[in-house]
Amino acid sequence: MKTGARTLIDALQREGVDTIFGYPGGSVLPIYDELYDSSIRHILVRHEQAAAHAADGYARASGRVGVCLATSGPGACNLVTGIATAYMDSAPIVALTGQVPTGMLGNDAFQESDITGITMPVTKHNYLVKDAGDLDRVIREAFYIARTGRPGPVLVDLPKDVTNGQVKAGGTAQGKISLRGYQPTYEGHVRQIDKALDLIVDAERPLIYAGGGVIHSGSSAELLKFAETAAIPVTTTLMGLGAIPGDHPLSLGMLGMHGTQTANYAVTECDLLIAIGARFDDRVTGKIETFAPSAAVIHIDIDPAEIGKNKVVDVPIVGDVKAVLQAFLQRMQKRGDTASWTARISTWKAQYPLRYREDDHLRPQYVIEVLSRLLDGEGVIASEVGQNQMWAALYYCFKKPRTWITSGGLGTMGYGFPAAIGAHFARPDLPVVDIAGDGSIQMNIQELGTVAHYKIPVKVVILNNMYLGMVRQWQELFYDRRYAYTELPPVDFVGIANAYGVEGIRVEEKGDVLEALETALAADGPYVLDFRIEREENVFPMVPAGAAINEMIGVHHE
Amino acid sequence: MKPHTISVIVENRAGVLSRVAGMFSRRGFNIESLAVGTCEEPDMSRITIVVNGDDSVVEQVMKQTNKLIDVIKVSDLSERESVERELALIKVAAEPGTSRAEILQIADIFRAQVVDVGSKTLVLQVAGDTEKIEALEKLLRQYGIKELVRTGKIAILRGTKTVKSSK
Ligand SMILES: Cc1ncc(C[n+]2csc(CCOP(=O)(O)OP(=O)(O)O)c2C)c(N)n1
Ligand SMILES: [Mg+2]
Repeated sequence: MKTGARTLIDALQREGVDTIFGYPGGSVLPIYDELYDSSIRHILVRHEQAAAHAADGYARASGRVGVCLATSGPGACNLVTGIATAYMDSAPIVALTGQVPTGMLGNDAFQESDITGITMPVTKHNYLVKDAGDLDRVIREAFYIARTGRPGPVLVDLPKDVTNGQVKAGGTAQGKISLRGYQPTYEGHVRQIDKALDLIVDAERPLIYAGGGVIHSGSSAELLKFAETAAIPVTTTLMGLGAIPGDHPLSLGMLGMHGTQTANYAVTECDLLIAIGARFDDRVTGKIETFAPSAAVIHIDIDPAEIGKNKVVDVPIVGDVKAVLQAFLQRMQKRGDTASWTARISTWKAQYPLRYREDDHLRPQYVIEVLSRLLDGEGVIASEVGQNQMWAALYYCFKKPRTWITSGGLGTMGYGFPAAIGAHFARPDLPVVDIAGDGSIQMNIQELGTVAHYKIPVKVVILNNMYLGMVRQWQELFYDRRYAYTELPPVDFVGIANAYGVEGIRVEEKGDVLEALETALAADGPYVLDFRIEREENVFPMVPAGAAINEMIGVHHE
Repeated sequence: MKPHTISVIVENRAGVLSRVAGMFSRRGFNIESLAVGTCEEPDMSRITIVVNGDDSVVEQVMKQTNKLIDVIKVSDLSERESVERELALIKVAAEPGTSRAEILQIADIFRAQVVDVGSKTLVLQVAGDTEKIEALEKLLRQYGIKELVRTGKIAILRGTKTVKSSK
């Protein structure tokens, strides 16, 4: 016989778990006791929300399932924002929560909360384990569901009598899993694929719109090959950055609300839009009626519910992006003539580069550009939410998949720093930088304790404008400059970092940016950089809410 | 916009109904009626849901329902030859005398059964499609309906086909 907790740890090891981000408490004591002698590394965060984000960052940087652990009640509830963040961006995590003993469920027992009920809308699936004998199977299913199909978070709630219970000793289950209610389609329908290829050959102005699905499915190489073979330009969503090298001639950068002029014009003028692992989110499409108005639409996605949800599609292809792109490459017989279209796009690119004022002020775009030059694609960039996120998305040149970790769907401030911690454990070989705002960083600033404790070499680049900048930008543009509750008094971030035992530097001059970044990147441990940037800098281009995406403000005009 | 009768075969597990119902309300799909019970397989249940919406809404309903891990099969029965039934119990005021005789006559025409006879009321049980039940309800209203309870609609395919066997 062995305990439920031991069974859990054995099952986690079978799943290949090497790191758990967690925070202990009464109902998870049996699990912690087993972790104590286990070879699984446990990283003690300083708030459970950070455990969920770290698991998510680990998952996005590695493609493997990230794991977090929290106690019942408040611990479990603190995970919720992190789980919802992972759900919106389809990040595979397994969240383990303690629960009161089964006999007390439903009694409002101390630190009881109905976490399976609470997380039903923000998990791909969840389990309340009531019998220790089910543990091995449930863990197996949880990991399988989290990582397959359209990935997503799965929560497993573990009552204390279950983890304390006795299970027949024996090996953990192996082999193939089959769930009759869950059978994702991986191979695209051949007839649909051929129909798509016909459209592709005939198109004069085709455009690939690539989303996070390309990253999740590990199909960047296939995407690039397909784009090059068919000579089709590529724009990516926020989640798709890195799917194609940002400096590739066919890359148009990001589209949407803060997309590049070239990308948004290309969408508006294309006659064929090939959506790959993207979901026509409103931040991408703007006014949906005017999104790609003259294009036929091919939509490839593993989740059938995304196809036709927001936009009528001509050729739907349900399947794994990788399998479908491989089939495209195999079955493609000839390519269309896109020369005049790609020439047109090159003209736009030359005519409408991203731009900001290049004077001697310390501007955030410059900081990102220098960072981009220093890392040259060889690093992982996490971000917070707001202007900092958009500047990072626009001005950093992503060259590889899984090097950009940001909360797109939920837009969770406080995500980046703990996600960067998780990314470090997934990719200890790469420098990891969190690009932060002064508002966002304060939402999980307590994780300075974690990075100091474990000497995690995450660098935090704070683009400090002493504002909730993105909200202020909207107030400036649409609320008559009435800055209602968006100004933040100055904070001594270096002082805070030092108090936790973390090095830091404040940078106020443009001329000091390069040296500060070099110093931080060269340091062995964590580092906080407090860049006092131009306070009222805005993110442009910008499509006002509800406008068509070619109606941008803050852009070049002829 | 027309009502669609969706049959959902699910794992017979705790919490499944709340997963399905929660997803409907979260996504703003309006449930007109819902019936749930066991089916021919002991480890499955069958939920019959009537939703109103245009074709694209119903398509989303079905796809989103299908995404739930505990959902095994989703079918739109209104697209196919099927039998749909619901059941109502109606307590109607019926003083001994002419009204009682009239009510019994109406019940007879609707093939409703009298399942309880009180000194001042009758309880009728009627099964049928929605129109039939609504027609009976309308006729009985003049006598005074004290209480009325209806099940959700259930539906089954005609002929040899079953929702599990067909695509
Ligand atoms: C948890 C959370 N609360 C509120 C918001 C709304 N919001 C979006 S951006 C933003 C401002 C962020 O400020 P800061 O981190 O300083 O970034 P900046 O825009 O100044 O770069 C706010 C409040 C959010 N996205 N997440
Ligand atoms: Mg700010």
